[in-house]
Amino acid sequence: MTPGPIRPAFRAGIVMASLVLVAAAATGLLPDPAAAAADQGMNAATAGAPHVARGDYPTIAGMSSRTTVWALAQMHLFLAAFVLAVPLFSLATEFMGKVTDDGRYDSMAHEFMKITMAAYSFTALAGGALALALFLFYPPLMGYLLRVFRGQVLIYALLFGLESVTLYIYYYSWKALRYGNRKWVHMSIGLLLNAVGLTLMFVANGWATFMMSPAGVDTTGAITGTVWEATRNPLWNPLNLHRFLANIAYGGAIVGAYAAYMFLAEKDPARRAHYDWMGYTSNFIAILGFLPLPFAGYWLMAEIYSYSQQMGITAMGGVLAWLFIIQAVLIGTIMLAANYYLWSGLMRTDRGRKYVPYVKYVGVVIIGGFLVWVTPHTLILTPSEVQVLGGTNHKLLGPLGIMPAKNTAVNLMLVFTFLSFQMFYRSSRIPTSRFAPAGNAIIYALYIVGCLNIVGAGIYGYITPTVYKVGASVPQVVSTLVIIVGSVIIDIFRLRGAETTTIHWGRMSPRSQYALFVLPVAFTWLMGLMGYIRSSLRTYWHVYTVMRDNSAEAYIPTIGQAGNVITLITLGFMAVMVFVFWLSRLGETRQAAPEPRPPARTATETAR
Amino acid sequence: MTFLKVFAFSLLSLLVFTVFANILPQVQSDPPKEETLDTGSMDMAGMIAFGERLFRGKGTCTLCHNELGRAPDMLNLDLTADFASRLADPAYAGAAKGKTGARAFEIYIRESMQDPSIYVVPGFGKKGTNDTVSPMPRVDAPPIELTEVEMNAVIAFLQDRAGVKPTVPLPSAEEAPAAEPAATAQEEDTGPLTDPVEIIDSYGCAACHDLNGSEADLGPDLRGVGTRLSREEIARAIYDPDATIAEGYEPGIMPQDFGERMRVSELNLLVDYLASLK
Repeated sequence: MTPGPIRPAFRAGIVMASLVLVAAAATGLLPDPAAAAADQGMNAATAGAPHVARGDYPTIAGMSSRTTVWALAQMHLFLAAFVLAVPLFSLATEFMGKVTDDGRYDSMAHEFMKITMAAYSFTALAGGALALALFLFYPPLMGYLLRVFRGQVLIYALLFGLESVTLYIYYYSWKALRYGNRKWVHMSIGLLLNAVGLTLMFVANGWATFMMSPAGVDTTGAITGTVWEATRNPLWNPLNLHRFLANIAYGGAIVGAYAAYMFLAEKDPARRAHYDWMGYTSNFIAILGFLPLPFAGYWLMAEIYSYSQQMGITAMGGVLAWLFIIQAVLIGTIMLAANYYLWSGLMRTDRGRKYVPYVKYVGVVIIGGFLVWVTPHTLILTPSEVQVLGGTNHKLLGPLGIMPAKNTAVNLMLVFTFLSFQMFYRSSRIPTSRFAPAGNAIIYALYIVGCLNIVGAGIYGYITPTVYKVGASVPQVVSTLVIIVGSVIIDIFRLRGAETTTIHWGRMSPRSQYALFVLPVAFTWLMGLMGYIRSSLRTYWHVYTVMRDNSAEAYIPTIGQAGNVITLITLGFMAVMVFVFWLSRLGETRQAAPEPRPPARTATETAR
Repeated sequence: MTFLKVFAFSLLSLLVFTVFANILPQVQSDPPKEETLDTGSMDMAGMIAFGERLFRGKGTCTLCHNELGRAPDMLNLDLTADFASRLADPAYAGAAKGKTGARAFEIYIRESMQDPSIYVVPGFGKKGTNDTVSPMPRVDAPPIELTEVEMNAVIAFLQDRAGVKPTVPLPSAEEAPAAEPAATAQEEDTGPLTDPVEIIDSYGCAACHDLNGSEADLGPDLRGVGTRLSREEIARAIYDPDATIAEGYEPGIMPQDFGERMRVSELNLLVDYLASLK
């Protein structure tokens, strides 16, 4: 019997499920240390978290323990986010190639993976260096975490090995498993690779979130639950979702920068067209991951508030509140850059000009939303400034500083970013369906009603108590999602059998490519910033409320100090990525074969 | 050349973000520092002042108990009436049920700090719990970890604000030294100001009011204010400025948070000083 095309994928699914089950069983069924300790007459498990004095923290060569660990952790996270995300959309792109029978998708997916391969060893290197630094600088903390998570670290190592094996097989078998049923086998390997990669991330997220919202331990830190309980702490799933989406957006942005660089460096029109298409696809992936990210962030923050109101207020209304102004600037920058790139893309199609007059209106909304988002509520002012301003809040601009205005702004920005994409998508398609006019009218109605609902719920947020103010953001999010999902579905039917016009890939200005460099720079800096915020929420605790940080660097640094560190780490990451891109290009470079040398003269010939 | 252009552009973008982070207000938050406090010689006035420092500092009470509506605004509420109404609420089933007066307030405040869900003020419960679970953490557990003496001090402060005589015991010399809240860059605790002119300078009153020759006119002229307003009216105008608006001026201009930011002793000194301007 000839195996059907689904069977390998099915088999891979079985393997993946088995893997997850084995991991879960292994973590959950590990011997209960409390019972084991009782058996052995030990009290290691029932002892609380260690109380560490300042002198217990090693100092090594005058290095700043925190900055060293911070830099290595962030570098590892940048690289890991990239190498986990790219196989995800590489597999999706490969699948597109198989379904549409378009070899270009397959080539691009392969090229995505080529970049990842070079980055993978750096990820492992940064991870190893981070682990070493943690054990060197914070041995009591690491001892305690090992006590809580026990054999899970071994499973992590096992998964890491499996990740390496599947990654190498997935990449190097690309050409061997290129066509027919073999392609499904290849994609099954890709699926396994992604399953292992995601499990790795989820395990590591369990450790990070345990430090923020410890579970499976009592108030003294003594272990009372299983490893699974410690892993499945209150912030685990919100962080899993947030990082999963952010990784996709981040990976898309990095690959987009690679494509933009190649586009600028290439002279051959066909190659430029290829890299233009790659840049467009990467930008699309980045936006696709980015659009739901604010909602995932909202869930994470809601869970933080739910776990500890104090922790939530420290983030949003306390010492870290100003950081969210920087976050707004960075996200605004990302939105503007992504939209600018999409608008520039209208020049690729002959019908694109038709949409150009609308761009300025979209621009007004995006820039207006950005300005609302960066407007702070309360300013630190001198008495004379208070006098000039007429109070600590500006009469007109002050109200724009509170959440209803911010929520309205971000939802409108997301809706109009989607509109930019939709304009480009439509510019190469002429609808022929009878449903097209009606579908168009429904989409118009969706936009108008949805935007009115977003603005209306925002206004309602001003006139209602705080509890309902937060609740008012839900209909805003729902409106945004309805507009986006509804438009996509209607357009599928509206453009069924549409006449497609040529997209002139490569017909892009060099300037537009710089938007694709802004994205990874802003994303990288933003991820560094959010990492700093997330860690700072623990304030002066290694493990919040359980194990206190008594080191000399237990304070929350100023925004400026944090910004400087984040910039240095980002520069380091950029240097690594430049090297990675160069390596991936080096693999393609072929030295020209030397000219055949003339045969050596014989002695007799020489004598003549 | 392309590489150099791209590198320079990326570097410039990074610099913009870095400079922006450096021009925003810079605040470093330090962990609480353990300090010794001479509890043996503390009188009730000192206990109340200590309680206020804890309320605004180590206790982190003002994170939620402020005008933003996350928890009852203890510094601006009429605590006398408020505590009495809570104890009379049929939903209240704590140890002070059926009791009145200062001692009942002490019991109520103490149980609120140690077991916040025993009574949740309507509208302030955790979402979805129908006001049966309080979002407030226990103050004697991490991360706040107030000691017994510190909780007594906070109770004394709140009893004082509620207009009753504190009933908590003064700490004895034998008791372990209590922890003093840390001085942070954000809220550097240099103690209450003792000179009314310093208070006026510190809170920027003369920026809007004509006071001590400032000739500012954004708020009402405070020269001779003692002839126009009583002490109570002056105090009210500071901690609840929009309650009564002077003719020709608009509400919403004067900051609403002086009641929260000022120490009790500072407010009293300032009111005394303004009342003396005749």
